Amino acid sequence: MMQHLVVLPILAPMLMAVMMLLPPLQNTIYRQRIASFFTMLVMLGIAILLIITSSEQTQVYALGGWQPPFGIVLVADRLASMMVLLTTVLGCGALLYASAGDDNLGMYFHPLFLFQLMGINGAFLTGDIFNLFVFFEILLIASYALLIHGGGKQKTLASVHYVSLNLVGSSFFLFALGILYGTLGTLNIADMADAASRLEAQEAVLAKTGVLLLLLVFGLKAALLPLHFWLTKTYSSASAPVAALFAIMTKVGIYSIFRIHGVVFGEEAGLLANTALPWIWPMAILTLIIGTIGLIGSSSLKVLTANLVLISVGTLLLAMVIPGGIGLGAALYYMLHTTLVSGALFLLADMIGKQRGKAADRFVPARPIQQPGLLGTLFFLAALAVIGMPPMSGFVGKVMILQAANGTSGMIWIWSVILISSLAAIIALSRAGTNLFWNLCGDKSDELASSQLQIIAVVLLLACSPLLVIFGAQVTEFTDTAARQMLHDYPTIKAMMNAGITQ
Amino acid sequence: MEALYALCVGVLTTCGIFLTLRGRTFPVVMGMTMLSYAVNLFLFASGRLTINGPAILGFSVNYADPLPQALVLTAIVIGFAMTAFVVILAMRARADLGDDHVDGRAPDSSETPKNQS
Repeated sequence: MMQHLVVLPILAPMLMAVMMLLPPLQNTIYRQRIASFFTMLVMLGIAILLIITSSEQTQVYALGGWQPPFGIVLVADRLASMMVLLTTVLGCGALLYASAGDDNLGMYFHPLFLFQLMGINGAFLTGDIFNLFVFFEILLIASYALLIHGGGKQKTLASVHYVSLNLVGSSFFLFALGILYGTLGTLNIADMADAASRLEAQEAVLAKTGVLLLLLVFGLKAALLPLHFWLTKTYSSASAPVAALFAIMTKVGIYSIFRIHGVVFGEEAGLLANTALPWIWPMAILTLIIGTIGLIGSSSLKVLTANLVLISVGTLLLAMVIPGGIGLGAALYYMLHTTLVSGALFLLADMIGKQRGKAADRFVPARPIQQPGLLGTLFFLAALAVIGMPPMSGFVGKVMILQAANGTSGMIWIWSVILISSLAAIIALSRAGTNLFWNLCGDKSDELASSQLQIIAVVLLLACSPLLVIFGAQVTEFTDTAARQMLHDYPTIKAMMNAGITQ
Repeated sequence: MEALYALCVGVLTTCGIFLTLRGRTFPVVMGMTMLSYAVNLFLFASGRLTINGPAILGFSVNYADPLPQALVLTAIVIGFAMTAFVVILAMRARADLGDDHVDGRAPDSSETPKNQS
């Protein structure tokens, strides 16, 4: 059982999702909810076990026992296991929230949700770049269906854009893979890192095209400028639990950029060394600036949160391009924080919006909400965390990124854009809070108060923020080791594959 | 053969990209289909073009690379599923939004057809 641990985060949601399409679970939302929770608990256990085993030694698992690099491998190092755990925790929150009623607006919410988790986990765990493409498609097709789940004009319109863009993105992904296979002769990521350092000069130009095409694809997923236009509309029109889960989708793109452009085609890639870096650098700064402007101009809390996601994308990529990879550990810590907190904010925006009736979450005068004290406190805490104020994890994450940038050549840029975006976040979020909770007219609305499940979901996600601070020493130590391991471990992984320490 | 092959892929890609940039959903879907054809051909060529080269050992002296063939199969299946989805989505958008423009309505109101549904 233990040697198959690596594949379980993919298998568990897949099997349960398939079972949900069959009679005992089909068409009964209560049974599906219980089955989903059960799966999430199992996955939580698996993810924690995976973290424990992978921090001792990186796990390499050859699917079907085929000898890598010809067969497909799954690689669970510290980073991959951390991302699996993050996905699972976020998934728990989103699922709890959805079970309060959002999952009943259309058919098949739970199977789709689990398929989406399967795709995300697979994308984090895979050690083969074509397999990465396949898992991208799995998570995308599940996300297409989840995005339009519940129906409505806004969702359909956002879906058309999102689906078209991503289909074109998938085509480019395949073009890039074709070029890379043609020049490097392998699709196994660890093997590619090795082959890249031995590439001949005549093939280098072609291979560079492939690497930059890959950046285009991952940039589209990560919402890197100028490929970010889909993000605000998609995230703000999706239903709340789906938007919360989507908070990890941009991180899948960032994770792939870290792995492929930061490491495989990073410092040690011979002729291809740091191909993408001169592009990521200005794009990340521009993403931050556009996100900041969008923040100030947002007309509703959901749009504002979507812009906060954009800012986090810019921050993460900026932290990555700090020379020598010293910002990566901080970036991983910040990634944990920003994913969970923006997920919580999407859920909060929906709760507040539902209680305000017709005005929804737009910043206009509206009737007072049912639970101003409770939601106000939660919003205040979430805002503190996302801005990066001291008692919460955002502060620690941002300070670590700024510290890593201290003394490097790009310090002026990194410090100024990150600090200005934080200031803009303070202004935008105080305006949002003032408008939503204090700009009132008329009597108390007769909307229903938020259910217990919804509140528990938000509290669960928000509670991770102070926990990340309390256990800060352990978490930062883990992320630092994960970053170092990611940067230097590909030769070891390749050696493990060749030695056949698999199965 | 290489030149002809490359020309085919190039023309398909050009047409595909041109069509995906059009304003109405039907040309967009057509464009994506063409792009996926182009990509399948391109992937196939990434293992180099060989004539009379089987992919199984023991049949010939020169072999074709079997991996791109496997990749193309996967890409065809996925591309087919995605095209089916986008066709359905385009029809749904036409029904929901009352227009087949990708933005839900044409930018110039004089172009908008009378809403008959």
